[in-house]
Amino acid sequence: MKTTNPNRIDDGIQKLVQQALPPIEPDAEPARDLWPAVLRRMNARPSALPWFDLALMAGLVVLLAASPESIPVLLYYL
Amino acid sequence: MNVLNDFRHGDIDAFEALFRQHQRAVYGWILRVVRNPATAEELTVETFWRIYQAHARFDPARSLKPEYSLEPERSFEPWARRIATRVALDHLRTGRPECELPAEIAAPVSADAAVSAEIRLKTAQALGRLPPKLRIAAILAVVEELPHKEVAAALGISVAAVKLRVFRALRILRKDLEHQGITP
Repeated sequence: MKTTNPNRIDDGIQKLVQQALPPIEPDAEPARDLWPAVLRRMNARPSALPWFDLALMAGLVVLLAASPESIPVLLYYL
Repeated sequence: MNVLNDFRHGDIDAFEALFRQHQRAVYGWILRVVRNPATAEELTVETFWRIYQAHARFDPARSLKPEYSLEPERSFEPWARRIATRVALDHLRTGRPECELPAEIAAPVSADAAVSAEIRLKTAQALGRLPPKLRIAAILAVVEELPHKEVAAALGISVAAVKLRVFRALRILRKDLEHQGITP
């Protein structure tokens, strides 16, 4: 059933989604002890300067400065 | 309470105690979002690493929600869940637009026989194409059927915002499926 009210759930699509993805078992647990991995992560050396991320960020700033109308689009996908 | 205070001051033993106590809940929460056990394990490790990095900012006496105000020892769980949700959301944002689904997810045993495996798969793929912040709200509220209040607390948004995100997610899903000739 189609609806334009956020307080009313679209029953048809909801049922379909629930059949496509069954809920996860509530007692799910990791297959291994994750503590050693956490310790390794904590002891790992900090990563090198993320130059790619910085370049991406700089490109984004340039893009937003050049076309401010794209800001709402960006915010929508964040 | 002592464990929480020790953790706040960076005590590694206190952190391990909290890890042992909460790793299953954190893993289960992340698994609900990413739906892949191996990925959920990796993100659980990342979550606890971020938790440790943020230990100084954790205040056991500060209530995140009124219901925790009288039980400061319970304040760790919602705090950890918020961090786990951010980690999972970051993963969804950097992942591929369409998620690969294990066979048991694509064809659940309890599924309605009238709904074919192909339709279920297309529905799951359409869900994977949703913007991450809508996808996570839809998975938690619709698939896992968690109370909107609980989803709101994990996402750090209002209940009204959760309802709106779920509404938008289902509307986009319906359009996507109708575009593929599937009428829910």
